[in-house]
Amino acid sequence: MKKLLITLVALLPGLAIAAGGGFQYPLEEARIDLEDKPSLQRGAALFMNYCLGCHQTQYQRYQRTAEDLGIPLDIAKDNLIFSDQKIGEKMTNSMPAKDAGKWFGKQPPDLTLVARVRSPDWIYTYLKTFYLDPSKTFGVNNAVFKDVGMPHVFQGLQGTQEAEMVYDTVDGHKTLVGIKLTQVEPGALTPEEYDQAVNDLVNYLEYVGEPSKLDSHRIGTWVLVFLAVFFVFIYLLKKEYWRDVH
Amino acid sequence: MWKNLLDWIEYRIPMMRVANMHALQYPAPKNMNFWYVFGFIATVVLVNQIVTGIWLTMNYNPSAEGAFASVEYIMRDVDYGWVLRYMHSTGASAFFVVVYLHMFRGMMYGSYQKPRELLWLFGMFIYLALMAEAFMGYLLPWGQMSYWGAQVIISLFGAIPVIGDDLTLWIRGDYVISGATLNRFFALHVIALPLVIVVLVFLHIVALHEVGSNNPQGINIKHPKGSLKEEDKTKFNIHEYYTSKYDIINDVVPFFPHIVLKDLVAFTVFCAAFAYVMFFNPEMGGFFLEPPNFEPANPLKTPEHIAPVWYFTPFYAILRAVPDKLLGVILMFAAIVMLALLPWLDRCKVRSVKYRCGFHKINLAMFVVSFCILGWLGIKPATPTYTLMSQFFSFTYFAFFGLLWLYSKNEKTKPVPARITK
Repeated sequence: MKKLLITLVALLPGLAIAAGGGFQYPLEEARIDLEDKPSLQRGAALFMNYCLGCHQTQYQRYQRTAEDLGIPLDIAKDNLIFSDQKIGEKMTNSMPAKDAGKWFGKQPPDLTLVARVRSPDWIYTYLKTFYLDPSKTFGVNNAVFKDVGMPHVFQGLQGTQEAEMVYDTVDGHKTLVGIKLTQVEPGALTPEEYDQAVNDLVNYLEYVGEPSKLDSHRIGTWVLVFLAVFFVFIYLLKKEYWRDVH
Repeated sequence: MWKNLLDWIEYRIPMMRVANMHALQYPAPKNMNFWYVFGFIATVVLVNQIVTGIWLTMNYNPSAEGAFASVEYIMRDVDYGWVLRYMHSTGASAFFVVVYLHMFRGMMYGSYQKPRELLWLFGMFIYLALMAEAFMGYLLPWGQMSYWGAQVIISLFGAIPVIGDDLTLWIRGDYVISGATLNRFFALHVIALPLVIVVLVFLHIVALHEVGSNNPQGINIKHPKGSLKEEDKTKFNIHEYYTSKYDIINDVVPFFPHIVLKDLVAFTVFCAAFAYVMFFNPEMGGFFLEPPNFEPANPLKTPEHIAPVWYFTPFYAILRAVPDKLLGVILMFAAIVMLALLPWLDRCKVRSVKYRCGFHKINLAMFVVSFCILGWLGIKPATPTYTLMSQFFSFTYFAFFGLLWLYSKNEKTKPVPARITK
């Protein structure tokens, strides 16, 4: 029976979700730290300035965000809300869905849960891999999300990149095996500063995806501590009752 | 005063009698091991699902327009709503983990054999109702996987000749999955099926207490009246309901407190694992909550890869292994029916795997391996290699039952001790 169990456990790591076919740009790892309040605050500021115009986070409220990120409400009101919305309202914009569809091909998706759908690493890499492509409406394409209908909003910060497509012959077919990106024009930020800025934004999106995470790790730790203590007592009690049986 | 009150109640409803008969003076074999805790744990998980479910319905909105947003409302704006939601979502997967281990226990120790056939059948009905319950519950968050998973499963009924298309239409209440489907699934998920499950669990326990618990050695603890010497009879106070019909051997303990304490030790460990998942890893790497399900259902956008939740994947792999859809559906249901038929397929008189022939041990191990690999294949996209593997392991899955029926008739078993030896 033990052998059987060992076999079963050995099988577990194989249970990974299969990836789709074709070339996939390797994802860089985002450094997620929900305890890093300054990073989350900078991320929130970036989001409000650069993203919220088109993308909503319609399930999350300004007030909750401000409270969780340690931003005093009056400062949040003056510096994070650019519309006439109240602090208790959800973070929406007033872009009409119909027009958005006309402008971008489809309505820009809601980003509340994007970190849970795509993973933080995906967003991090995505925001770093826009490159010049004159054939596109907005003049840019993306290495992670091919033919995405979004302009490079951070172009002023990152500058511009050019892509070199690397092909190889696989099974007699010319196949894309890599994309090499090189900076052609500098932006307002150095590459290191830009990485940090994107990381802050991803950190913020991770927070927005699951605000309860801040509480759950704290509460969860106490629950586990309680269970560990409880285990000792219940185990001793069981032993006491069974002493005469064996 | 206290005694007077108890007497007053007892005169009108058999409260203490039931407690004595089914807990304080219920005889349980003393050698019940680790595998025997999952029935108790499954019951607690059922209670967890019902209680958290009731609180979730207080804020959930069963409409195509509002379902997804209401789940996020629960996660963000309802005080500790996320605790309720994760307890419920983790509980769903935990339920299947526990039930699968519980079923495997039954297979290992021959707990389905005479006189426990009906007990096993009630268990199988619980399992079926649980699958329906889980399937309908999974539609409620109205995410992409909820929607498309349901689409795939319901379309299976379309494979049934003649009535197939009308049947799928009847189930959905629409030509595609829509708010109408969501509403009826909600009704079935929160009222109809939980009632069915609770009644079945009640019957399962009544049947168990009538025939008595099996044990890892598969040895009877009830002996014909008058066949045991006085010193071999149990010293514990066992209810006369059992002692009036049988002599109970000195290898039993009362269910309460002995077995309950053992269950509680295991339950504490289970709770720790449960708490770890719900507080630190509620998605469980995409197995308990699939990432595409954080995107609202979109009937116009089919996900690249639709996989059911992990507890359905072994059967999904069997379904996909067969090129013909109708045959696939038939085989998928047959995979469950075979389990239900175990009491009659296994013709051996010896219960526990400990005393059965080496081939039975290999056969059972092969069954478990087949089931797990099929589960893994059910998650994978259907490439030719994987399909071939699915076919192979579907074959070995069914072969278990066929072989069991063949060799169990004249199986060479080891001698079973007269008494529990541990």
